[in-house]
Amino acid sequence: MAIVTLTINDEHLSGNDSDSILTIARQHKIHIPTLCHLDGLSEVGACRLCLVEVEGSSKLTPACSTKPVEGMVLHTNTDRLQRYRRMIIELLASEGNHQCAVCVVNNHCELQNLSYEMNLQYVRFPYLYPKKELDASHKDFIIDRNRCILCTRCVRVCHEVEGAHVWDIAHRGIRCEIVSGLDDPWGDSEACTACGKCVLVCPVGALIEKGATVAEMEKKRDFLRYIVTARQKREWIDIHEEG
Amino acid sequence: MVKTITIEPVTRIEGHAKITIHLDEQGTVSDARFHVNEFRGFEKFCEGRLMWEMPGITSRICGICPASHLIASAKAGDEILSIRIPETAEKLRRLMTLAQWTQSHALSFFHLSSPDFLLGFDSDPVKRNVFGLIGEHKEFARRGIRLRKFGQEVIEVLGGRKIHTPWAVAGGVREAFDATKKEHLLAWIPEARETVLLALETLKKIHERYKADIPNFGNFRSLFVGLVSEDGGLEYYDGTLRVMDGGGNIVADKLDPRLYQHFLGEQSEPWSYLKFPYYRPLGYPKGMYRVGPLARVNICDYIETPLAEAERKCFKAMAGDADAMNNSFYYHYARLIELLFSVEKIEQLLHDPSLFGSHIRAKAMINRDEGVGFCEAPRGTLFHHYWVNENGVLQKVNMLIATAQNNLAMNRTVRQIAMHYVDGQSIAEGMLNRVEAGIRCFDPCLSCSTHALGQMPLHLQLFDVKGILLDECVR
Repeated sequence: MAIVTLTINDEHLSGNDSDSILTIARQHKIHIPTLCHLDGLSEVGACRLCLVEVEGSSKLTPACSTKPVEGMVLHTNTDRLQRYRRMIIELLASEGNHQCAVCVVNNHCELQNLSYEMNLQYVRFPYLYPKKELDASHKDFIIDRNRCILCTRCVRVCHEVEGAHVWDIAHRGIRCEIVSGLDDPWGDSEACTACGKCVLVCPVGALIEKGATVAEMEKKRDFLRYIVTARQKREWIDIHEEG
Repeated sequence: MVKTITIEPVTRIEGHAKITIHLDEQGTVSDARFHVNEFRGFEKFCEGRLMWEMPGITSRICGICPASHLIASAKAGDEILSIRIPETAEKLRRLMTLAQWTQSHALSFFHLSSPDFLLGFDSDPVKRNVFGLIGEHKEFARRGIRLRKFGQEVIEVLGGRKIHTPWAVAGGVREAFDATKKEHLLAWIPEARETVLLALETLKKIHERYKADIPNFGNFRSLFVGLVSEDGGLEYYDGTLRVMDGGGNIVADKLDPRLYQHFLGEQSEPWSYLKFPYYRPLGYPKGMYRVGPLARVNICDYIETPLAEAERKCFKAMAGDADAMNNSFYYHYARLIELLFSVEKIEQLLHDPSLFGSHIRAKAMINRDEGVGFCEAPRGTLFHHYWVNENGVLQKVNMLIATAQNNLAMNRTVRQIAMHYVDGQSIAEGMLNRVEAGIRCFDPCLSCSTHALGQMPLHLQLFDVKGILLDECVR
């Protein structure tokens, strides 16, 4: 572990070389939007919202999964980046069936908040209106794939934190979707412990509690920080390490 | 020469429609139709959604009476959960329903209908609207607008916002009543009551002024259908269905609204998106019935609040003691009686300590695969019927809306007015206005009834026997 110095938006900063650019930026109160990233989970770089410009490179770089290099010069909020981020939100909106007004997480939705942040007033792309399945077979929870944005937070939290690995991604391309087990009804899953972590980490209204009504569900994600901190302090026994 | 007259769009009603009047070879009216040309498909796209979401989704059918859809939908949810909701929740839902009546009835009378009465049916159509009313009768208009605001404020205090609150849910309501707002709402009551009494006084003068016109405003016998309380009182939230004929005889009583499909049928016609419900025992179209204020005040034995009950007695006296009030023009009168009742009853409820309980929501999982929710919406009895699978996912939805139930009667009204005012030679402005005003008696909401969205402009067409367009009038 070493300290590196870098420049973000003309500001000279230093950070730990084992941290991601995103972490360092946030340590210095520089805002970079994210959707698939969640503190406490591994990074997948799926949503591409945290892309930043690195001087000397024509490629855009995901801040969540890129480590800093000494002398790196970064820009996090250029016109180009703003344009791309807006386009990502528009594409997400057009790909699913997002009706905020009647959504369970209306006013508590990360996608909606980002739309406000990007000042999204209309979507330029034609809506695809995909026919997606809603699975309400679980006793406590529901997955509504119409609202899923494939951030895979549920997949990661179930595998990495709960250790149950109920969720996976099935199919390819536009047909990609989150499935439980081997694409079985969630209610039939023997692996699911009904812990509800996937529901709480879901940034949108795709994973919800049964019985929740319009605009009623607010997801509290603090639990994840406590679990991760406790693990780092070895307050809980890690089976793999002990074994 | 045979002609058809079309009025499109019909103004100052909620939704989009046109009217066609068909003339025979002598130039007299052979038929008249009220066409609703909007389509929205709510029943279809709700399939596959969750039962719990339905109050929030279906309240979006309408911006005028979202609270009525909310309540009917939540009640259908109660049935599916097989829940009896807490007493406080029921009282709160009742309060919400009355607030909905207040704001909607105030809108119908002051904003939409009174320009005809106070500015005259034949006054300049450009000015014959709420803005013209503000110009000529400023205080009257101001009071009407404030009365509607009162209803909306009650809804806001309960549901957190005036339009499209998702507050009522299967099992009860989401938020308890904020007791600190009680005095704020009670402070409105004297003004609201005074405004309704002023409206009643104005309407009675209108009855005198339009003595010659009123007998031709949809004056015919039909059945009347609505909810009554257990002992036959005016009901708005629960109760059982009563069917009365035009002679004031109770044809059927204590019908379970959950079984509405047993006695209410729905017929489609190729020329309208609005279905034609009818009373099954009499068949189609003989089973024509009317719902809404006129029906409710006709069928009930009494109204539980004193001022409204006194007005009901005057209403009954006008109808003739044993007879039902058959003239659709008196929808306005019945509406104001209900408005008076709403204000009085809201005051009573606000003084009821059980309104302020904290037990407001019962929880259960899916216990039945079918549920019917019903209530009296401002325009008449509203039914929401859902079929769900074992997980609460909707398999089928049927909604029977008040305006649709008045469809046969509205067509009959249009025909009667046209017969009286059309001479076959031309479309006189006065005739257009009266046909529109006839429709407006029912306060139709076409957004609700076709679950369709739209504005309501006016288009009138005149057709000959061969269906050739002879004359047309658009505004």
